[in-house]
Amino acid sequence: MFVVTAHTRENVLLSPAGDRLATRDGFGRALLELGEKNKQVIVLCADLAESTRVLAFKEKFPERYVEMGVAEQNLAAVAAGMANYGKIPFITSYAAFSPGRNNEQIRTTISLNNVPVKIAGMHAGVSVGPDGATHQALEDLALMRVQPNMAVISPCDAEEAYKATLAAANHPGPVYLRFGREKTPQITTPESTFELGKMQLVWVGESPQVALFATGPLLHNALLAAKQLEGEMSVSVTNVHTIKPLDAKAIVAAAQSAGAVVTIEEHQVAGGLGSAVAEVLAATYPVPMEFVGVHDQFGQSGEMVELIEHYKMGVQHIVDAVRAVQKRKNI
Amino acid sequence: MLSQQKEKEIALVANRIRETIIEMLVAAGSGHTAGPLGMADIFAAFYFDILKHDPHNPVWAERDRLMLSNGHIVPVRYAAMAHAGYFPIEECLTLRKFGSRLQGHPERLRLPGLETTSGPLGSGLSQAAGYAYAARMDSQTFRTYCVMSDGEQDAGNTWEAAMFAGNNKLANLTAVIDRNNIQINGMTEDIMPLENLRAKYEAFNWHVLEVDGHNIRAVVDAVDEAKAIFEKPTVIIAHTIPGKGIKEIEFDYRWHGSPPGKGPTDKIPADKQSSVFLQELRTLQGTITSEHE
Repeated sequence: MFVVTAHTRENVLLSPAGDRLATRDGFGRALLELGEKNKQVIVLCADLAESTRVLAFKEKFPERYVEMGVAEQNLAAVAAGMANYGKIPFITSYAAFSPGRNNEQIRTTISLNNVPVKIAGMHAGVSVGPDGATHQALEDLALMRVQPNMAVISPCDAEEAYKATLAAANHPGPVYLRFGREKTPQITTPESTFELGKMQLVWVGESPQVALFATGPLLHNALLAAKQLEGEMSVSVTNVHTIKPLDAKAIVAAAQSAGAVVTIEEHQVAGGLGSAVAEVLAATYPVPMEFVGVHDQFGQSGEMVELIEHYKMGVQHIVDAVRAVQKRKNI
Repeated sequence: MLSQQKEKEIALVANRIRETIIEMLVAAGSGHTAGPLGMADIFAAFYFDILKHDPHNPVWAERDRLMLSNGHIVPVRYAAMAHAGYFPIEECLTLRKFGSRLQGHPERLRLPGLETTSGPLGSGLSQAAGYAYAARMDSQTFRTYCVMSDGEQDAGNTWEAAMFAGNNKLANLTAVIDRNNIQINGMTEDIMPLENLRAKYEAFNWHVLEVDGHNIRAVVDAVDEAKAIFEKPTVIIAHTIPGKGIKEIEFDYRWHGSPPGKGPTDKIPADKQSSVFLQELRTLQGTITSEHE
């Protein structure tokens, strides 16, 4: 027996194709709402208005839309100046370029300066597909979570992306928001709560033996893995939408109750969610862990599903990781 | 219009700022010498004439904003701020020490009045341009100034910012380039030639002025002219002498990153450097003798 918690949709495991949305679309929807609600919110775009989903904001609030051209270093540091003055700038580009190319500008002028710039990194992960390795950001969470003052959010679906964007605008400091390009299953509902820094249990079996922590759209694969394991092993699945500040207390509690952990992320295993969880558990309650994610490789061209499978982040890979970690626990 | 009396006063303050810079660097045992000395006249002009500011209320909403992009010359700014009354001059001796508000490179959140955080070169003009852009959105009347080095004109980010400010006609932004022709590895024109700097900024839609950076009246006049340019940002290329005020180190790029006591010893032995420098500044390179003999 398992319980799908109040955070998830009823048909979450079915995920009909027509029901899918990209997380970047949730971002675009939230920006439009913020444009109405908060006159301090401005949007800076590095020549990617349509694909970063800020076109509607540009059309509705042209006086608060700033075109930066293909200049990501300037994008970050200009926004820092605007935030220092008192604005709430959202800067948008692909994650490979921002925070990829402009990492030092973010470090010095945004994080150290501690000004409320909101960095929206699009097309994260291998799932952007045919564009290939140059455009597939797999290290952005690592880059951003090591900067003091920076909050890091990786929403699991468009609904959560919408809520995360609203929350980022209200957060007093700098925030990194990670979004994907492809349409992915809708997991949460409009009624689901979202609190920055507070993770959500989305699936819990009776006396779970392994705790799964997932971030981003791969949360759906984690749920499918939990479903596949039904009858064989009871697990819990938690949506870690905020990588920083990490909900350490809840992570330790889940690890204590299950005794083994699997992390799931569309990101390098080095430095991302898995590392963040391991840092907490190693220092407080060490348990066997398995890491589902990209293992020190670059991506390549291909379609989302084949790349997720090739880089071992598919449902079966998660199932295998759960079985492996369970075995290690029993030694 | 700057009176002759005021001009003289600012020149004297500039020299006191130079003395403070030497004392700070000696106390710190590290830091940059040439750049801060070369910019003392310009910082004195800013803090004692150009800026609309209140040293006792550094967050006054209507103040002009002075942003320093090449953070490594911050001793000149600390010294100028102290002499202007932002904090006690004695605090200058805490430069680069543990717990000091006077970090080796400036941090906005440590010391009120610094306006921004800088050091890594090339991003100060972006920050200033963003600030000026946001202020213009709200019809603010204060002006934003950005002091840059010539060495950081090597950085691509500088030109991204120049393109942005020119494109957006940020007339409320005035940049000052410390054109002292040196950078750490040598002379700018040997390392990565910058000329024709004027033509480059003009091509980016800036109004360009060139001044003798040690002529306080010329600096003040240039800033006044910038205020009268409504369709473009202005850049003032200030020709300065690195190490200005101490003849043994003027023009010598080797003093870019060395503090007194740790600089080149071919002209003055290390243990004599700080006392010779202060003596030169206090006597205006030996022209005043009575007070100091």
